[in-house]
Amino acid sequence: MDLVVDGIVKAFWLLVKGDREMIRIAVLTLRVSGLATIISLLIGVPLGTVLALWAFRGRHAAASLVNTGMGLPPVVVGLWVSILLWRYGPLGFLHLMYTPAAMVIAQTIIAIPIVAGFTMAGIGQLDSGLRLQILALGASWWQMLWILLREARLSVAAAVIAGFGRVISEIGASMMVGGNILGQTRVLTTATALEVSRGNFGMAIALSIILLGISYAVTSGLTYLQHKGRHVSDGA
Amino acid sequence: MLRGFPRMLRPSIRLGRELCLRLRGFLFPDSQSHNHRGARPGACSGGRRGVAPGSGLMGLAMMLAAMALAGAGGSLSVGGSPTSGAAGASREVILATTTSTQDSGLLDVLIPMFEKQTGYIVRTIAVGTGQALALGARGEADLLLCHAPAAEIELVKSGAVVNRRLVMHNDFIIVGPTSDPARIRGMKTASPAFAQIAQAGAVFVSRGDDSGTHKKEKEIWTHAGVKPAGRWYLESGSGMGQTLNIASEKQGYTLTDRATYLALKKRLALDVLVEGDGALLNIYHVMQVNPEKFPKVNGRGGLAFVRFMVAESTQQVIAEFGMKEYGEPLFFPDAGKSRE
Repeated sequence: MDLVVDGIVKAFWLLVKGDREMIRIAVLTLRVSGLATIISLLIGVPLGTVLALWAFRGRHAAASLVNTGMGLPPVVVGLWVSILLWRYGPLGFLHLMYTPAAMVIAQTIIAIPIVAGFTMAGIGQLDSGLRLQILALGASWWQMLWILLREARLSVAAAVIAGFGRVISEIGASMMVGGNILGQTRVLTTATALEVSRGNFGMAIALSIILLGISYAVTSGLTYLQHKGRHVSDGA
Repeated sequence: MLRGFPRMLRPSIRLGRELCLRLRGFLFPDSQSHNHRGARPGACSGGRRGVAPGSGLMGLAMMLAAMALAGAGGSLSVGGSPTSGAAGASREVILATTTSTQDSGLLDVLIPMFEKQTGYIVRTIAVGTGQALALGARGEADLLLCHAPAAEIELVKSGAVVNRRLVMHNDFIIVGPTSDPARIRGMKTASPAFAQIAQAGAVFVSRGDDSGTHKKEKEIWTHAGVKPAGRWYLESGSGMGQTLNIASEKQGYTLTDRATYLALKKRLALDVLVEGDGALLNIYHVMQVNPEKFPKVNGRGGLAFVRFMVAESTQQVIAEFGMKEYGEPLFFPDAGKSRE
């Protein structure tokens, strides 16, 4: 138990003193995972909407693929992104391997199916009569899509929370494509793993507490907004 | 029912403009006069009009955007270094090395020195020697710092690496629980000790990751004439630090480099039981990946690092590393000496 106490004390001091390395790691973690979440929203929400609304051949297979992708193992993504980004890989000319950009790419791929899956489920749950009604009232396609998305916004918000929670907590892909380089690609999860392997359990516990804290702060902020969105519609 | 949907995608300019307008509506619901020029289906959303309809989603988007931009700098190119273009790439060198050099903390001292002296930016990938050598053999790294001489010589022969230089050594030791169930304490040679561990069926934790240490361990088993297998033989599949933790937890034996052991000693319930065998020397070489074979390899940066590692001032730092903290050096500088 002294380890835990030691870790909590260390986490406290790291935060109070504003340890520069720790702050850099925490900021990079937020930037990489935040950016990956945003990009996955830009791709995942339209994808989920199309899958929920547009009847085309193979939709069932595509939807199953998205649902399977929600459990995509990060190490698998890490391996494939590595193969693509290595110098002598097909995208090697981009010089992205072992950079934060590579981590964003990997995390985006991990988050897209989650965002798409949640969006698909959210829009799929809406009353199908609603669409006819909206169109009957003279709305354009875009207006209809807009209204449907807004109706499903609780699900979209859940998608953001799930996607962000997933990427900020993953380690396999970040370790592989980022390389856990000090001051360059070291994020909270990979730093924690390194400190454990170095036997610095106190430091590892401190980092894990900071990761949980950040994760909680961001998620509770998102949850607050999600609930606020619900009250707005309930109160109408 | 959305048969018309694909047609909507065709005029991409209109789509873009439409999206921008919508996004503006999303983010700034008060400025509704800009959009909703067409019919607004009041039956569905009328109740919510004017109550900041998208505020939940708007907030989400804003929050994520703020998060992503936190820390400013905006661009994701690391440490201000350009990540594309030939000029940018040639300032970076990728060093694939073993976990022992990282876990001991030596690289945390040497790399900043090198970066300061030369202006290169080093990306250190600390992996098992097996993976480091594989990265080198495929031209995916510029430099290797490893401790598996036999495998390294293979790479030199194949032409994948050049300029291989002796940097330093330390030694491997056999550590185990204080109770020493296999009674190997004080033995002078490694392979009989291994044989005795196997015979006693005492727990032995192997790296199992094809690293330099693992290669050395397999060498000793071969010498001892034992094929290690069974319930007593555990393969951790992880780095030296983690493997020591596991050995300590399971009260098992393991083969480790002295540097990692000393660095972690405080937290380990393991004693040094066998040391001093000439076969247990752990020799580190630095080498650069052959830029003639792999044109994308940073030859100049690689050469600079090799020169740095064998330079007198660097060797002095290696000699002193760990003295303060552990009372004995973790590595012994060897540059310029012949191999044995």
